[in-house]
Amino acid sequence: MPRGNITPSLLLFATLVSALSVLAIFGFLLWFAAPVFTGETLSSLLSWQWRPQQGEFGILPMLAGSLCLAGSAMLLAYPLGLGLCCFMHGLGPTWAARPLLGIVRGMTSVPTVVYGLVSAFLLIPLIRAGFSGSGFSWLAAGLTLAMLILPTIVLILDSQFRTIHAQTQLTAAALGFTPAQQVLRLTLPLSTRGLLVAAALGFGRAIGDTLIPLMLAGNAPLLPHSPLDPLRTLTSHIALVVATDSQSAAYGSLFACGVILFMVSLLVNLALRRLRHE
Amino acid sequence: MKFELSRLTGRLLAAVVCSTLLTGSALAGELDVFAGKKGKIDIAGGTAHIPVMKEAAKRVMQTSREIRISVAAGGSGVGVQKVGEGLVDIGNTGRPLSDEEVAKYGLKSFAFAIDGVAATVHPKNPVGNLTAAQVQDIFAGKIGNWKAVGGRDAAIHLYTRDEASGTREVFWEKLLKKGTIAANANVVASNGAMKSALASDQDAIGYVSIGHIDETIKAPTLDGIAPTQDNARTGKYPIVRKLYMNTKGEPHGLTADFIKYILGPDGKQITAGAGYLPL
Repeated sequence: MPRGNITPSLLLFATLVSALSVLAIFGFLLWFAAPVFTGETLSSLLSWQWRPQQGEFGILPMLAGSLCLAGSAMLLAYPLGLGLCCFMHGLGPTWAARPLLGIVRGMTSVPTVVYGLVSAFLLIPLIRAGFSGSGFSWLAAGLTLAMLILPTIVLILDSQFRTIHAQTQLTAAALGFTPAQQVLRLTLPLSTRGLLVAAALGFGRAIGDTLIPLMLAGNAPLLPHSPLDPLRTLTSHIALVVATDSQSAAYGSLFACGVILFMVSLLVNLALRRLRHE
Repeated sequence: MKFELSRLTGRLLAAVVCSTLLTGSALAGELDVFAGKKGKIDIAGGTAHIPVMKEAAKRVMQTSREIRISVAAGGSGVGVQKVGEGLVDIGNTGRPLSDEEVAKYGLKSFAFAIDGVAATVHPKNPVGNLTAAQVQDIFAGKIGNWKAVGGRDAAIHLYTRDEASGTREVFWEKLLKKGTIAANANVVASNGAMKSALASDQDAIGYVSIGHIDETIKAPTLDGIAPTQDNARTGKYPIVRKLYMNTKGEPHGLTADFIKYILGPDGKQITAGAGYLPL
C-alpha cells in the first residue's frame, strides 16, 4: 500500500475514537442517571436540601454553586485577560510583551493543587482575619480560580491577536495608525471568534475544576448569599460523595450531577457558537 | 495529600523500626505459612487501613518473593464496590457494611482494629472540656459563640467531613446521636485536611480519628474523659469505630492466610504501630 494512504485512515481512526469517546461518556452518564431522572427521585433531586440522612438529595445548591463560582471567576479573569492581550499587542511598550507572555505561559505549568495549597495557607487566613467567617469561601475559591483560567484566556486571545495583527499590519501602517489604534480599532473588532473561543474554554475550565473549590470553597451545600459564604460545586460534590456506599441514593445522584455538568458546558459552548454566527 | 505526608512518614519510620526490631521473631513465626507459596492479593478501599496493609504486605512479600500484594486507596465505598465486583480480593471499610451491600454482593467482614474519634479544636483555644450536649448543640448550630462554652468571644467555625467518611459516621451516630449538623459547616475531604484546617483556624471545631491527634490540634475532654487510645480500649471513651477487611464470600487460599496474619499477633503489633487498637 502506498504510504500516503495510511495517514488519512489513521487520522480518521483517531478522530472516530475521540468523537466516540465523548459520545460514550455522555451515553454512559445518561444510562446510569436514567433511574435517577425518572419519577419521584427527580423532584427530590431538584430541591435545595442536601440531607442524605433524611432522604433529601437536592443538588440545586451545587448547580448554583458551580454557576456562581465559574461566573465570578470569568468576570474577573476575562477582562483581565483581554486587557493583558491589548497591552501586549499595542497599548503597552513593545519590550513588555515578551516577558509578560512568558509569565502567562509559565502560569499554565503550575499544577492546580499548588494554587490550592498556596491559597489555603496564604489567602484563607487573610480573608479570615480581614472579614468574618472561616475564610473558606466563594471569594477565596473565585480569586484562585480566576488565576487558574487566566492563562487559558490570554493564550487563546494572544494567538488570535497575533494572526489578525499580521494580516492588518500593512494596512494599519499605511493609514498611519498608532499601535494602540491598531489593536483597539482593527485587531480587537476582527477577533470576535477568538473572543468567543476564549470565553467558552475559560468557562469550561472554570466550571470543570474540582480541586480549587474542594480545597477552598468550604463545600457547605448551601446557596451562598455573600462572597464570604461557603459554597459547594457540582464537581467537588462528586469528589466528596463518590466514596459513599455505592448502593445508596446519594451515590445515584452523582450521575445526575455529571449529566448536568456536561449539559451546562455543552449549552454554554453551543450558545457561544451561535453568537458567533449571528 | 501533603497534609498526610508528615504523618505517613512518621508511620513508615515507626513501621521500619518495628520491623527491624522484630525481624528475628517474625521470620520464625507466623510468616511461615507464606513460605514457598505463590500468587497475588489485591487490596483496595479505606484509607485508614493503608499503613497496616502496606506493612503486612511488605513482610509477607519478603517471606516469599513469589507473592505479589497490591494496596490501593479509594475510600470505604470504593472498597465495597471493588471487592463486590470481584476486582480485588480484599475491600477495606472504616464502617460496617450496609444490609444492601451484604445482600447484593454476599460479603463477609473481618474487623481487626478499633479507632476512636474525638472533637478537636485549635491548640490555643482555652476550652478544655465539653459535654456531649454542648458538642451536639455546637454542631447543630445552636451554640454559635465560644463564650457560651467558656471560650473567648468569637464565632465558632464548624468543620465536618463528607458523607462517605467513616469518621463522620461514627461521630454523628455516637456523639451527635444522629442529630443535625448545621448546613453551613465547612466540609473537608480527609482526616489530614481536617487537621490542617483546625490547626490554622483559632475559632474552629471539627473531629478527627484519635490516631491523628498531635500537638497541632487539641482534643478537649468529653464529659471529663480524655479521648485517648487507652480510654478507648477500656471502653471509658465511647466514640469508637472498627476497621474492617471484607471479602466476597468465605476467603480462601492466600487471601485467607493474609487475613489470618492481620488478625494474629504480628498483625496486632503492626496495627498498634499504626496508631490503632488491635482487636
